[in-house]
Amino acid sequence: MTTTETPDTLHRILDYSARADPYPLYAELRETPVALQEDGSYVISTYRELMGILHDPHLSSDVRNLSRPMPAAGGRATPSFINIDPPEHDRMRRLAMRHFGPPHTPGLVNSMRPDLTATVSSLIDDFAGKQQIDIVDDFAYPFPVTVICHLLGVPRGDEAQFHVWVNAIIDSLDYNPKTDPKEKLDNGLQAGKDLHQYLGGLLEPRHDRPGDDLLSRLATDDGPDGRMTDEEIISTANLLLIAGHETTVNLITNGMLTLLRHPQVLQRLRDEPDLVVPLVEELLRYEPPVHMIPWRAAYSDITVGDTVIPKGSQIMLMLASGSRDPDRFDDPDRFDPDRQDNQHLGFGSGIHLCFGGPMARLETQIALNELVRRLDNPRLVADPPPYRPSPVLRGPIHLHIEQS
Amino acid sequence: MSSADTLQAFKRDGRIVVVGASLAGLRAAEALRGEGFTGSLTMIGDELGEPYDRPPLSKQVLTGWVSAGDTALPRRRDIDAEWLLGVPADGLDLATNRVHLADDREVPFDRVLISTGVRARPWFVETEAALDGVFVVRTREDADGLQRAVAAGPSRVLVIGAGFTGSEIASICRERDIPVTVAELGPAPLVGALGAMIGEVAADMQRAHGVDLRCDVKVTRLEGDAQGRFRRAHFSDGSTLDADVAVVALGGIRNTEWLRDSGLAAGVWGIACDTGCRALDLNGLITDDIFVAGDVARCPNPIYEYRLISLEHWANAVEQAEVAAHNMVSAQADRWPHLSIPTFWSIQFGVNIKSVGVPTFADEVVVTQGSVPDHRFVAAYGYQGRVTAAVSFNNAKWLDHYRQLIETAAPFPPPCPTPDEPADAKPVPVDFPGPTLLAQGATVVVTGHDPSERRVTSVRQNRRR
Repeated sequence: MTTTETPDTLHRILDYSARADPYPLYAELRETPVALQEDGSYVISTYRELMGILHDPHLSSDVRNLSRPMPAAGGRATPSFINIDPPEHDRMRRLAMRHFGPPHTPGLVNSMRPDLTATVSSLIDDFAGKQQIDIVDDFAYPFPVTVICHLLGVPRGDEAQFHVWVNAIIDSLDYNPKTDPKEKLDNGLQAGKDLHQYLGGLLEPRHDRPGDDLLSRLATDDGPDGRMTDEEIISTANLLLIAGHETTVNLITNGMLTLLRHPQVLQRLRDEPDLVVPLVEELLRYEPPVHMIPWRAAYSDITVGDTVIPKGSQIMLMLASGSRDPDRFDDPDRFDPDRQDNQHLGFGSGIHLCFGGPMARLETQIALNELVRRLDNPRLVADPPPYRPSPVLRGPIHLHIEQS
Repeated sequence: MSSADTLQAFKRDGRIVVVGASLAGLRAAEALRGEGFTGSLTMIGDELGEPYDRPPLSKQVLTGWVSAGDTALPRRRDIDAEWLLGVPADGLDLATNRVHLADDREVPFDRVLISTGVRARPWFVETEAALDGVFVVRTREDADGLQRAVAAGPSRVLVIGAGFTGSEIASICRERDIPVTVAELGPAPLVGALGAMIGEVAADMQRAHGVDLRCDVKVTRLEGDAQGRFRRAHFSDGSTLDADVAVVALGGIRNTEWLRDSGLAAGVWGIACDTGCRALDLNGLITDDIFVAGDVARCPNPIYEYRLISLEHWANAVEQAEVAAHNMVSAQADRWPHLSIPTFWSIQFGVNIKSVGVPTFADEVVVTQGSVPDHRFVAAYGYQGRVTAAVSFNNAKWLDHYRQLIETAAPFPPPCPTPDEPADAKPVPVDFPGPTLLAQGATVVVTGHDPSERRVTSVRQNRRR
């Protein structure tokens, strides 16, 4: 590459300078729905093609099916079900779902509503007397972390400790050997081991003295598929803990930012709290926390549109781009909480459809309703706010607001 | 007045009549209002009460989880219609554009949508059908009655016919620990819809759940006691069975008799229409103002060689209703074709069964993903080397992919392996039972000599069985 050459669209998206507003670059990307990159990977950016491939049984989530190994693939113990294929994926996800959703535990998420509301209320109570509030540090981060800790049975007091590990793992997810120091990858791998060991330590005593948390239930439950091994429980807990950290915090923060940028919608939400349900759906389309799935693999040759993606290729799915595809959504760059037929890609689609989606929805609905109800004339201190480094899990690192 | 003006005037002040006030009729009415039709809208239905949803009747209602009365279809918008309920239509006059009702009223229209659907095929001997304890399942009242009979804890239930409805009912009886016998004329349950390979799986499922499944056998007589209660069934193999409930699940009869003298191409297979849901007349000519949707429609599908196909599927009713409604208020150039690939679902014996495409349009079937013994798999159907349908057992999330394969005439068997491909993925013959019903004979004959006088007239069916 010569110095005068402009980097390709994908690399401009991955560059931090695009973090505040990647959407014009996604539009550029969609001009080639299935784009072969210089390194042999394929980027898919249009809604129809994304939907097609997300339901294609030849798309593998297991990086061991890549012909070129991923830098971060080594050193992982048992992969969690997000990273494996059927039939093992289905078995693991079923075993986890037994304790989280229908048909065996249909009411779990809804039964958390009073606790969620209480947690949100007490966090907002703590805003009192503050000149400036950071929606991230003071609210959107502690809220889902409290919830996922409680659900899993992880002591909330250990948060400071595992927060460092989770951050290092997230940081290494989008590791690029060309631009990133190897230290970033090593930190992530080490953090993965530390977190694994930590969760193993929590699980061990639960075999004999189970409590009412998810770790205990996974450790003691026997269903038609048998029981998860300890390694499988740890990898599942690992996944849920990280996902519980890094997605809802961005969804809530992006939501508050979007509302502050659309004061009429904010006022409407204050007047009609029920609007929050379609509003959160629109948020998942318009400003989703997960922007891309960077590492799927072609298990066999996969035909997408007119392109045959050869077996073993790396495939990047640009979900946030698909949700802004004008061929699927009218006026896609408009935030419209009344939007009909809003089948966004905010939680992905197909067999890996976000496991925690129902909980993330409820958390965000409660959070946004309480924030707009209780904040008095909130104003953004800086727009755009500073963003986290990740182009994959995208959101502000801080969101400072002032109120009257 | 230009045709655009005429259309605008019709949308503003026209008269639309919907005959058949169930899922297709209601959705069409909603879609008409959604398309900006502000004229008069009349809904004609033979049942009293508002439109309700049928799938729960053989599922949630029978378990007692949902009451039959709680199955009203949700309203997606106000349709501001005049409702003529509790009286069936008994004639359609194309010359004067009027619907004739059984109580002698006449309802004039500019355009009409026919969505009269299907009724349950009753037991063939009327006195036996009338026995206390003999049920069909089609309407809310049917389901309510059967639910109460099942809740009363019968010593045994006999289900006659192992199609989807019969199998779902057998499943619920077993869920409630009620002894159940299923009698099927064919070699296995579901075989008529899904073929021999899946039929075998369905038979295993029933037997594993304790169903007394008897195939290749016909129920010949239902016997009652002195009080007129059903007590015993007689079979073609000479055996008998004592039971106190019999469920007749032998499919449906399309409600087309009322159209016999209308000049429409209506018969036992439904009312023929084009992909725009416009009815054909007896000569095969498209009518301008008569539209059809739902179970009673018989629509050509280009994917399946333009065969006229009628489907008793929920999604088909909804999609045809929307296409018909759109076309009723749109100019020629703006009309839509109904080209969606059929989908169907069933829940029985703890398994979610879902299909896409038309499985009967196939010569081979292959398990492409998962495991048949675990009852978690996808099977693809092929006809002369292309994919035409797929069926999933507890694996429905993949079906969108198979829909795409069908739409793009992808090669059969699908050539590329998946991570969950079974070791023995070999296509086998699909093997449907013979098309006995196809021999129902001619319904029309051609008269006249030249184009101005050549016409088709319907033949009265005086032959019986």
